[in-house]
Amino acid sequence: MTVETLFALCACALVGIGLYGLIVQPHPLRKLVAFNIMGSGVFVLFGALAMRGAAAGMAADPVPQALLITAIVVAFAATAVTVALLLRLIESTATASLADEPPSGD
Amino acid sequence: MTAIVSLVVALLLLWLALWTVVARDAFVAVAGFVVYGLLLSLVWVRLAGIDVALTEAAIGGGLTGALLLGAVGRLRGTEAAAWSERSGACTRAFAVLLSVSVATVLALCVLTLPEPPPTLAPQAAENLAATGVGNPITGVLLAFRALDTLLEAVVLVIALIGVWSLAPDRFWGGRPGPRYGADPDGILTYLARVLPPIGIVVGLYLFWAGADHPGGKFQSATILAAMWMLVQMAGLSDAPRIDSRWLRAGIVVGPLVFVAVGVLGAWQAGAFLGYPDGWAKPMIVVIELALLPTLVLVLALLLNGAPARSADSPPAPGETSLSARSTRPMPAGGTRQ
Repeated sequence: MTVETLFALCACALVGIGLYGLIVQPHPLRKLVAFNIMGSGVFVLFGALAMRGAAAGMAADPVPQALLITAIVVAFAATAVTVALLLRLIESTATASLADEPPSGD
Repeated sequence: MTAIVSLVVALLLLWLALWTVVARDAFVAVAGFVVYGLLLSLVWVRLAGIDVALTEAAIGGGLTGALLLGAVGRLRGTEAAAWSERSGACTRAFAVLLSVSVATVLALCVLTLPEPPPTLAPQAAENLAATGVGNPITGVLLAFRALDTLLEAVVLVIALIGVWSLAPDRFWGGRPGPRYGADPDGILTYLARVLPPIGIVVGLYLFWAGADHPGGKFQSATILAAMWMLVQMAGLSDAPRIDSRWLRAGIVVGPLVFVAVGVLGAWQAGAFLGYPDGWAKPMIVVIELALLPTLVLVLALLLNGAPARSADSPPAPGETSLSARSTRPMPAGGTRQ
């Protein structure tokens, strides 16, 4: 198996693992981490496809690689906005629950 | 031998991802995610993407890790309540089924990819000489796909506006985050005085080398932003007021210069973001120089978060001496006003 196929398959598993965490973990911060893992799976898959496109003396296709750099930076920006939203949610409701009905402790 | 290394890295990556997702403690999960980010940059090296590896290590592992670690500290109290809401066995079984099916479908797609693989590498190689830069990634980012990079800079500014807009009304125009006050004789303060000069040189080197070698403005901006955060965390300088004019000007200068160069291209070269013959390299340098302060400020301020105290909050005791101010690493001249 070539290195790009290996990491492409690894990326598919990462997407699956991230999706599982996104569904199962109740805490929004944990969902965010899981979503980042899912996103990194997509990035690795894209990177493996870039390496398949190696040609003209280049070790990989530079176009998808440049888009990956853009994607990583944008993913960080989106994560920062989500964290700020989450901190504001806790500040105003004192809970990080995403349930429709906040658990009533009475 | 290299095949074995790749296999070990892939297995380690999967194990770390699984561990991060199922760990009970949020702090453990985030710590796992930081290591995961560093391991991911090894994957990029194996996939022949040195530029991507640098970005991943700096932003994916470093900045995202710092952001999440900061959030975990402030979310401590909410973890137990969330744990009691965790999904039942039925939901988890469904989640396993769904995740496995998605991964399987993706894997089947990977195994049936078209041969020969589509590639733009020959076109990129053919036209690279016209841009005057030697690193094909920089050529793609600032010439062939410059529109993507422009929109990315705009997205960063919009994200920062989004974060700031979450400030409570009474703190609008104030400073983000807590005021850090570290022990003035401690190791953190020492590092915050010793590291920034080295970090600034390394950052600027990466910035300049990006034209012909791996590196570039994103990696460079991350290092410079990290140096600024270090000085803030050691209490040597405070986070800036978000209503200061130099700050806002620095944030928008990158996208504005980028758009101006684009309009100039529409007028001189017949296409938005087109470069007139022989002017590609100088134009690219102008855009990169204008984007650098924007990226440094936006990355650091995204990490700082929404304003959380009013601008005139009293400084913590025992810092901000004059000598400390002179170690400020910001190229834009700092918050002296």
